[in-house]
Amino acid sequence: MESPHVIKGPDPMDSLLSAAKKLADKGAIRDEIVSGIYGVSAGICSDAVTYQDRKKLGSTYKLDRIVTSRLWGFPIMLAGLGLVFWITIAGANYPSGWLASLFGWIEGYLTAGFEAVNAPSWLHGVLVLGLYRGTSWVISVMLPPMLIFFPVFALLENFGYLPRVAFNMDRLFKKSGGHGKQALTMSMGFGCNAAAILSTRIIESPRERMLAILTNNFVPCNGRWPTLILLSSMFMVGAATTGALRTFSTALVLMGIVLIGITVTLTVSWVMSKTALRGVPTHYTLELPPYRRPQIWKTIVRSSKEKSLNVLTRAIIVAAPAGIITWVLGNVVVGGDSVLNHMAAFFDPFAQLLGMDGFIIMAFILGLPANEIVLPILLMGYMSSGAMVDVDGLGSIKDIFLSHGWTWLTALNMMLFSLLHYPCGTTLVNIYKETKSLKWAVLSAVIPLGIAITVTFAVAQIVRLLGWV
Amino acid sequence: MSHYTVAFAGNPNTGKSTLFNLLTGLRQHTGNWAGKTVITAEGEFTHNQHVYRAVDLPGTYSLYSNSADEEAARDYIIFEQPDVTLVVLDATSLERNLNLALQVLEITGRAVICINLIDEAKKLGIDINLKAISKRLGVPVVAISARNEIGIEALLNQLERVATGAFTGKPLQITYSEDIERGIAELIPLVEQTVGSRYPARWIALRLLDGDNSLLTSLKAHMRGSKRYETKEVAGHGVTACH
Repeated sequence: MESPHVIKGPDPMDSLLSAAKKLADKGAIRDEIVSGIYGVSAGICSDAVTYQDRKKLGSTYKLDRIVTSRLWGFPIMLAGLGLVFWITIAGANYPSGWLASLFGWIEGYLTAGFEAVNAPSWLHGVLVLGLYRGTSWVISVMLPPMLIFFPVFALLENFGYLPRVAFNMDRLFKKSGGHGKQALTMSMGFGCNAAAILSTRIIESPRERMLAILTNNFVPCNGRWPTLILLSSMFMVGAATTGALRTFSTALVLMGIVLIGITVTLTVSWVMSKTALRGVPTHYTLELPPYRRPQIWKTIVRSSKEKSLNVLTRAIIVAAPAGIITWVLGNVVVGGDSVLNHMAAFFDPFAQLLGMDGFIIMAFILGLPANEIVLPILLMGYMSSGAMVDVDGLGSIKDIFLSHGWTWLTALNMMLFSLLHYPCGTTLVNIYKETKSLKWAVLSAVIPLGIAITVTFAVAQIVRLLGWV
Repeated sequence: MSHYTVAFAGNPNTGKSTLFNLLTGLRQHTGNWAGKTVITAEGEFTHNQHVYRAVDLPGTYSLYSNSADEEAARDYIIFEQPDVTLVVLDATSLERNLNLALQVLEITGRAVICINLIDEAKKLGIDINLKAISKRLGVPVVAISARNEIGIEALLNQLERVATGAFTGKPLQITYSEDIERGIAELIPLVEQTVGSRYPARWIALRLLDGDNSLLTSLKAHMRGSKRYETKEVAGHGVTACH
């Protein structure tokens, strides 16, 4: 007998599929397949698995009734976030000061050494004032908060809290037209945007995945936390507040920044899903895994060793040459002023409109490869631009900023710009690789940049109009 | 000394990456949430003078190609045809986890089922009859705790049996409804005629009945031989902060 489905035509594969389609046109095939598999699973388990006490099984989910409840879900989330910040700021404050003093003390000996061998002053400038100072600041400012923040975050992650965050956020993302899993990829962005772009692969629909990719930049990553933590603890809290209250207020400011980021994420998702990426959110199942006691020491050691050192190494690798270059640019004089000052002066008029200055914008532009180096470049730029301050602790970092006319508005807008501006180079490359579209890669830099400029401009104008600075 | 490839498959949150790290000594990022391993990572380990190349597939609930990571896992098992597919299951929610194991067994009998978190299951008062499960599935079943390094030796021994061919499994094939079975029977000859005997014809027929276009796209690409499956290692091992 001849087969009823003769394969012919240009592509046998397509004929195969159409043959299959003909056979399957009764629909509900997927349901039958799935119920077939589930039936066998259930059969095996009822034969081979016995439960002493079924109630015990539900016990790990008791906690979920509280942390994912409509009433308590968000307050607990915010309190948790605040607590993590509070621990980070309170714990990092003193070690940062000690490290800065230690490096300052060593610098004294280095300078003495250079003088003893009659080294030319430019060599001392390049190596000590540029290279050494730049890198030692990066270490003292970034290492202590990272050593606290990353392990605490990793503990929460291994405990199983992140899926609960996603569960709570799901409603908001649904309303903004995105996918609930966007909450998970967003959480991953708190660690690293570049990695989070890869993690958007868990989102099935291309439309919703694109939303997750476009908005991932709006949560601060490893590279931006140190900048945010440092600036908020220096400028955003009144001088009168001290001790625990000070730490507490700083944590509140950081939380505010994160909330702004999440609000922008939701708003952009909503606007995009109403315009360029129209569509209806798809359904999905989000698994809430049982809570597990994290392996505390392993987690702490691993996250310190890998995450903290990783970020720090990258910062130093880029900051060290950047330190030399900025020192050279700051000391090569053309037409009565250093090259660095010329460059900063070029950006300055525009930057002033945004409540910042030319050095800050320059630092953001030079910091495209990695957000870790924005702050070091800025500091080095300031230091080599004539206002030589003797640095012997964190307090003098603030003096450097103040001597360049910083106010709380400058700090706030730099934080906002850091939060909202384009993603780092690696993230952009990943976006291009994942979407295979130059258009979306460019848009994912241009949209955030536009928002960052708009927001900082508006804030600067309003604050000045009201005469608050 | 021989070289074998082992693919690690499993639902998210089953401790698959923990086991992978334990065996290979790598530090693939572990975390308690779904979808953390979105790229496949590779490592190596040795047992009884055999060298195993371990491939950590993304954690998935099914191989029905709902998303990019499910496609990646499915394509690896079908096209790369690892010597052993190790399916890691969570002992505390075995019924749901078994679905993936059943789907893997529909593709290949060269599999070992590894029931992880057995110590947690004991704590919760769950008793699992390994022999009964192994008998039904037709492949070796081992209970382990990757975290506390329980049962690892036994697992490696079973891996070796399947890898070397000392054990040939008779994997459980699910019998579907009459309609589906009739469709499969009609399609199998066509599938074999079109794609050859290298790939599991029954499974492909089933997926085609379900209208799985992405499988067909992958098949086409592989038939032309233009696209070799690339094991991506974009973020490297354990590097989450990758600017």
